[in-house]
Amino acid sequence: MAQPPATQDRVNDFVIKLANVNGTGSASANTMLMKSIFRMGVPVMGKNYFPSNIQGLPTWYEIRVTRDAYVARSGRVDLMVAMNAETYQKDVREVSPGGFLIYDSTWPRSAVLARDDIAILGAPLAKICNENFVGVRNRILMKNVMYVGLLAALLEIDVEVIRQLLNESYSKKPALVEANMKAVQLGYDYAKQHLPCPLPLRIQRMDKTRGSVMIDGNTAAGLGAVYAGATVGPWYPITPSTSLMDAFKSFCSKLRVDPETGESRYAVIQAEDELAAIGMVLGANWNGARAFTATSGPGISLMSEFIGLAYYAEVPAVIVDVQRVGPSTGMPTRTQQCDILLCAYASHGDTKHVLLFPSNPEECFYMMVQAFDLAERLQTPVFVMSDLDIGMNDWMCPELKWDDAYRPDRGKVLTKEEIEALPKFHRYLDKDDDGIPARTLPGVSPKGAYFTRGSGHNQYGGYTEDSAEYQVVMERLLRKFNRAKTLVPAPVIEATGTSDIGLVAVGSSRGAVNEARDILARRGIPIDYMRIKAFPFTKNVEAFMASHDKIFVVEQNRDAQLRSLLTLETDVPKSKLHSILHYSGLPMTSKEIVEAVVAELGDARRASLAAAK
Amino acid sequence: MSFINKPKVRHPDLPQNELGLTRRDYEGAMSTLCAGCGHDSVTSSITQAIWELSLRPEQLAKLSGIGCSSKTTAYFASGAHGFNGVHGRMPSIATGANAANKNLHYIGVSGDGDSLSIGFGQFAHAIRRNVNMLYICENNGVYGLTKGQFSASADIGSKSKKGEENQQAPVDPCLAALSLGGSFIARSFSGDREQLVPLIKAGLMHKGFAMIDVISPCVTFNDHVGSTKSYEFTREHYHEAVHTDYIPPRTEITASYGAGEVLPVQMHDGSQLRLRKLDKDYDPNHRGKAFEYLRTKLRQGEHVTGLIFLSPGRDPDMHEMLHTTDVPLNQVPYEQLHPGAAGLASILKRYA
Repeated sequence: MAQPPATQDRVNDFVIKLANVNGTGSASANTMLMKSIFRMGVPVMGKNYFPSNIQGLPTWYEIRVTRDAYVARSGRVDLMVAMNAETYQKDVREVSPGGFLIYDSTWPRSAVLARDDIAILGAPLAKICNENFVGVRNRILMKNVMYVGLLAALLEIDVEVIRQLLNESYSKKPALVEANMKAVQLGYDYAKQHLPCPLPLRIQRMDKTRGSVMIDGNTAAGLGAVYAGATVGPWYPITPSTSLMDAFKSFCSKLRVDPETGESRYAVIQAEDELAAIGMVLGANWNGARAFTATSGPGISLMSEFIGLAYYAEVPAVIVDVQRVGPSTGMPTRTQQCDILLCAYASHGDTKHVLLFPSNPEECFYMMVQAFDLAERLQTPVFVMSDLDIGMNDWMCPELKWDDAYRPDRGKVLTKEEIEALPKFHRYLDKDDDGIPARTLPGVSPKGAYFTRGSGHNQYGGYTEDSAEYQVVMERLLRKFNRAKTLVPAPVIEATGTSDIGLVAVGSSRGAVNEARDILARRGIPIDYMRIKAFPFTKNVEAFMASHDKIFVVEQNRDAQLRSLLTLETDVPKSKLHSILHYSGLPMTSKEIVEAVVAELGDARRASLAAAK
Repeated sequence: MSFINKPKVRHPDLPQNELGLTRRDYEGAMSTLCAGCGHDSVTSSITQAIWELSLRPEQLAKLSGIGCSSKTTAYFASGAHGFNGVHGRMPSIATGANAANKNLHYIGVSGDGDSLSIGFGQFAHAIRRNVNMLYICENNGVYGLTKGQFSASADIGSKSKKGEENQQAPVDPCLAALSLGGSFIARSFSGDREQLVPLIKAGLMHKGFAMIDVISPCVTFNDHVGSTKSYEFTREHYHEAVHTDYIPPRTEITASYGAGEVLPVQMHDGSQLRLRKLDKDYDPNHRGKAFEYLRTKLRQGEHVTGLIFLSPGRDPDMHEMLHTTDVPLNQVPYEQLHPGAAGLASILKRYA
């Protein structure tokens, strides 16, 4: 066995990657590992790369220990835990020079593991497991827990923190805590006796996670829907959005069931398909409940006809698109930002929709509430453009806060008294020139009754095939969309005040962009950053682009969809926008942004900027 | 479909219902369907039924998809909200609307194209969920607005106006509903108001999904010799197995029936149905036998009509399956929907 090279200490700043077989319980072991580092006050980032499969295929988990709290992939792997024989060869290659690889030495693997520039550490995990645990399934599960113990010894993770986490997870099953702790201890003891503990890669307690939580975006969005007051959740299962409605249902089952009667103040309905799911969302919103659905790209394709109806008949709706790799079925367990154009213009005819772009689970929570307020204020569908990376990975983010003074903005919904005070109710008449008419709910007053239809209608709500009457409504809908520009969240702009180079991004690219900006700044390339939070684009978006000579548009798709949308919907000259595209299906790394920017600007530019500084 | 309002001229002696409203108060916009269209007769029966039931117009919600049949929701109860959705997707809108407010009466009007082709999936799943609504399928075997194509309910051998003969097996909405667990399944004929009006009333008062397949001939595209959905053919091949009388709550029952001929059914709102069996062998409480009876009669070229099946138990409707609160979900106070800032802090402990 090679001795680890004497690399410099890498305290709280390295990347662990764990190669596993899916369906073996590795995800919970890996989450426990990450959470224990988090509990030691050290910022972490975790990404799960899993197959579209139930059991038996390769899966990886990447944990970045990041004292500077960069919640993005760095592009390095410093420690590989290679638990899947099938992927050994690939996994060995991926370790950065000077790094470490741990494998299960129950079976000799020397031939495939040979590499001079990394240290390879073996531990006979399966053997120890077989000696200490009974039952095939149990042995498989415990092997994963055992490497957590092994790593605890190698990285100096506090075993008591792990025990505490197990106590919390299995508070009702103390026997499981003991079994898991036994596995942790076995791994820990083996490493202490046989491996060079600690490694130069080490965890040292910090105090940088206080006030933060580790939560995934789907859970946060589900919780956001609870706080938004959503009561109806029709949906159809689709990766990677399924856990969102699961979370909503789970929170509701705890928070909204009368303990005495067992009666529920919510309805989660598993629809027969996405067409029905969105139909139910429209029916419920039309009838005055806050209803939403969660889906992914293929679901949006199916929902498109109804989305057009909602736009034209002005029915509020909230749709969460947890984006995954397309086209077609694509790669359902990989991430992309590939539905931007699809959602912006979903459905036939002239349609445009409001999009919100959360950049992490924290924003998923708040944007769910905003989405309902906007949908009801504007009486139109609103999309929350999450993605698999945000939705299904645990992110470290600031603790979610709630303002008890919040009340839902139900928009212009007329009360019975208001309806009855009117000479006559006209559904699509814009009385106060903001592009938004008043609506009424069924069951309130016969005087408020109207006929909701996707066929041609005039501003009074009547059927029409008259060109002028049709156009009046279409033009007012456009005014309403422009009005949305004043209501949606403004972009977050981080400007140096000196740079004429800008960078524009949305959603989950945020972490990679933040780190890339710091790296570039250190290399003498300061870049201003605009993180767009919504479509339609606000005035500030236009202003930012007007005030920068060159703008990098960072996005996770092949076709530069955000750049297209910017050129279609603002006055920015196309030549100003330079795309940095990432569409591998894995979350973006800061490294590729840095490299793309440097390549584009060239050395001369870099030098002149450095000189100017 | 123009939107002409009928003049509100009222004869002072028009009969009034319990709410003091006349039948005129339950009418809608002027129909733009072809003169003699079966659908207009159905509209008239619906109007009569809801007037007789003394429902407040705003207690109704009218839902439809796309097609001639789906226009009809505009022609009755102008005091009720209507939703003309997209083709074949009315059941999902109705399901969502019903989820939001369990206290309204939902009438969905669809057609054979809307229900049995493009919307067959939604039709089936609304039945499975037992959504509390009345679902009327105005069935004419033909696509009218697109000028005469066969629909999925066209019988084998039935001829189109252009002389083409249908060769594909028809979808019978009643047989489909029977096999999907439908709790109230009826068939009628647009021309038989005496049968249809009580069925509509019973369907509206039924707690769960009440499906009425109404054979409703298309005078323009499917009323010729050789069509099995023409007025003439329907009248000749019409087999009423059960006649339903609707007895409102608190009504003294005076009519007398011979023993064994009548099946009294208590409805949840206190009303009663009296099913008069016109065919002694028929059992409208037996799903399997109803299925067999329909199949046998169909083979003989007969359309069985009446309340074909009424579930003998009380099948739970969607809300009962979901255990939702008595307060409609769209009226639950916001404060009861979330635990506030303090609750959030406690939820987040797990994630810290």
